Amino acid sequence: MKPNNETELAEMVAAAKGPLQIIGGGTRDIGAPVDGDRLSAAGLSGVSLYEPGALTLVAGAGTPLEEIETVLAGENQRLAFEPMDHRVLLGTDGTPTIGGVVAANVSGPRRIQVGACRDSALGVRFVDGTGQILKNGGRVMKNVTGYDLVKLMAGSWGTLGVLSEVSLKVQAIPEAEATLVGRGLSARDAIAALSAALGSPFDVSGAAFLTDGGEAYVRVEGLADSVNYRIKRMQAEMCAGWEVLEGEKSAEMWRNIRDVSPLSGSHDAIWRLSVKPTDAPEILQELGDPKAVCDWGGGLIWLAMSEGGDGGAARVRAVVARLGGHATLVRGSDALRRNVDVFQPEAAPLAAISKGLRARFDPRGILNPGLMG
Amino acid sequence: MDMPAPNPAILSRKAQIVARLRSVLPADAVIDDPVETRAYECDALTAYRCPPLAAVLPASTEEVSAVLRVCHEEGVPVVPRGAGTSLAGGAMPTEDAIILGVARMNEVLETDYENRFIRVQTGRTNMSVSGAVEEEDFFYAPDPSSQLACAIAGNIAMNSGGAHCLKYGVTTNNLLGVKMVMMDGEVVEIGGAHLDAAGLDLLGLICGSEGQLGVVTEATLRILRKPEGARPVLMGFDSNEVAGHCVSDIIKAGILPVAIEFMDRPCIRATEAFAGAGYPDCEALLIVEVEGSEEEIEAQLERIIAIARTHNPVELRESGSAEESAKIWLGRKSAFGAMGQINDYMCLDGTIPVSQLPLVLRRIGEMSKDFGLDVGNVFHAGDGNMHPLILFDANKPGDLEKCEAFGAEILKLCVEVGGCLTGEHGVGIEKRDLMVTQYEPGDLEIQMAVKDVFDPKWLLNPAKVFPLAASDARRIAAE
Repeated sequence: MKPNNETELAEMVAAAKGPLQIIGGGTRDIGAPVDGDRLSAAGLSGVSLYEPGALTLVAGAGTPLEEIETVLAGENQRLAFEPMDHRVLLGTDGTPTIGGVVAANVSGPRRIQVGACRDSALGVRFVDGTGQILKNGGRVMKNVTGYDLVKLMAGSWGTLGVLSEVSLKVQAIPEAEATLVGRGLSARDAIAALSAALGSPFDVSGAAFLTDGGEAYVRVEGLADSVNYRIKRMQAEMCAGWEVLEGEKSAEMWRNIRDVSPLSGSHDAIWRLSVKPTDAPEILQELGDPKAVCDWGGGLIWLAMSEGGDGGAARVRAVVARLGGHATLVRGSDALRRNVDVFQPEAAPLAAISKGLRARFDPRGILNPGLMG
Repeated sequence: MDMPAPNPAILSRKAQIVARLRSVLPADAVIDDPVETRAYECDALTAYRCPPLAAVLPASTEEVSAVLRVCHEEGVPVVPRGAGTSLAGGAMPTEDAIILGVARMNEVLETDYENRFIRVQTGRTNMSVSGAVEEEDFFYAPDPSSQLACAIAGNIAMNSGGAHCLKYGVTTNNLLGVKMVMMDGEVVEIGGAHLDAAGLDLLGLICGSEGQLGVVTEATLRILRKPEGARPVLMGFDSNEVAGHCVSDIIKAGILPVAIEFMDRPCIRATEAFAGAGYPDCEALLIVEVEGSEEEIEAQLERIIAIARTHNPVELRESGSAEESAKIWLGRKSAFGAMGQINDYMCLDGTIPVSQLPLVLRRIGEMSKDFGLDVGNVFHAGDGNMHPLILFDANKPGDLEKCEAFGAEILKLCVEVGGCLTGEHGVGIEKRDLMVTQYEPGDLEIQMAVKDVFDPKWLLNPAKVFPLAASDARRIAAE
């Protein structure tokens, strides 16, 4: 099923007789496999409003991300939250859509500075599980009118409704960027340096560590003189001896981190952990020092575990349970994803709330049922 | 302002209910004397008052849980209260409700500079959160103008903003985790020191839910290192329209100031008479503040001033010292006080797309004449969050009603041009009945369905957010 507009989408959901597998561009095959009729939002495409002077853009959920980025680049603007392209890591084809980005709350390295996708989401229109067209939020940056269902819809993976339109806050592309690179660092030393940089007044917009080569990266963006100034100050303070990458070299480096390229290509299970940044070294050690990409100053850990058995689920979840945070199995075979919890199991009272919300938004349980557990 | 009739069954059981609350709290934490409960009869929306059945001041999450369990069993409505600074009546009681004040819960529980967070009890004031991390040169970013008094609990309930959220975001963008007590007394924890809580974004849902989904007792907040410095520039223009274009051009140029504040002529004149900040007598005034090192500030201001010059400003005043910066901010910061000197005022909070600024200001001017009430505009222009201040005389019969009608027209206009009813103050009782101008019945129904999940008996913060007509059936069913 591929509706061409919101009304058709609503009719199709209302008429559905069984479970629906909701997709945007189909590039983010994440979650427990869903058995159901495929419903693609790709037909709900196009930028309907763009006000560069108000930093606002409204687009159909099926609008290709690339189209949005091109439109924004025409006014020297961009999506601030730097959404990851999952095709690299998951080996998927297709065209990522803005609806998919919002439904999965996909954010990249700049999340530490400007917030996640959900923080840039200003409004949504969606169709609930009964086929009703609903909206929440709007297209202004400050809006506390009623409950914030925009946040709830962001990251709900199509389980509460099918997004038809999203409204986003955008950002001007800064004049310059530069990245400091430190090499041969232990996880502990690297994370300490990243913490120091993030705790400095220098407005860091990226802070990552790769276990391969013990490489750490710190990015700053802004007016060219300001970038130079902050790079020099950090070299003098917490990044002594680190090399400077500028312009496209810096940008390419961050695309690789954003897309977790160092972990692509293998058949390992890939886990994504959100933790307290300074816990990262201990977590890596406890899991046997797997190959990992640490972003968000150490707070976001991508790691590869052997696909055999439970794909490392018990060990990963145990360390997260002990230290706090959560873990998601982002890549794994269908069999593995049917056998282990892909998303972090919730404490009983929270699970009851989530279940209650799903029952209200999707009383028939037909929208991506079971995807989030 | 219509409020639902109190439940006589609750009023008649007051003694029993108070006795049960006394059995779970220290003696001084339960207030039921009719003279003392007067202190809780309103918040900063003082036009509406109603003493509660009783007020409780628990000192821990466990005590909050015990109170809620009692109220849940007794079927008594509960109105959570931070510091009572809501301008929307968010903490206004009903006669049959218990006020649950979190003011005694104001401890800092954990400070972690390496991971850049602070965990506090939510009765702590906004300002004292920043105060707790100041010695390490850190701060908590959201800065509502009531920050000296307002509590984090209320900030979370209303998703409060402030002058500097253009760069740093509002409360929801700075909240990492909560400990919350559900209406039935169950304690839940969401999020923590890590980014992006697991599962559905319940944290995002709770923030801004006006105390209707649970009582948040602890919060983990993101803290940031202070910039090396900050400096404002003041610019005056001879029309609102030109000032609006200037704001748009600054934003488009890719310079992100931390604040862009706007004042119109009535407001400039009032503050000048009150504070004497030396503002020019012009149609519209902007204060733009940037941050960074000395050189970075210079570079940014240079660009901003170059943009301003293309709009023929009648005044351009760059601050050359901390003293001059303070003077530039003085008028803006005293604007509300200055308007209050002239008369009683009602402060609105609608948000509009920045591009609609000139149109909306013109229409407000026209309506001001129609209603015969003066209005001054002072607001956060960078994000379109307006604060029209309508002047009225509370002692003059009919003036309040006229002012409210005027306010409602302005808010409807905000929605009409693509904006919303409230940018940072919340709906409360004040804008409850206007919700239908922004949302279709289905949009409100799904929000109420969310409340059904968290608070099936509809006991938490009754008669707020949703039009009474829309929520009637649920309240009656719950009784």
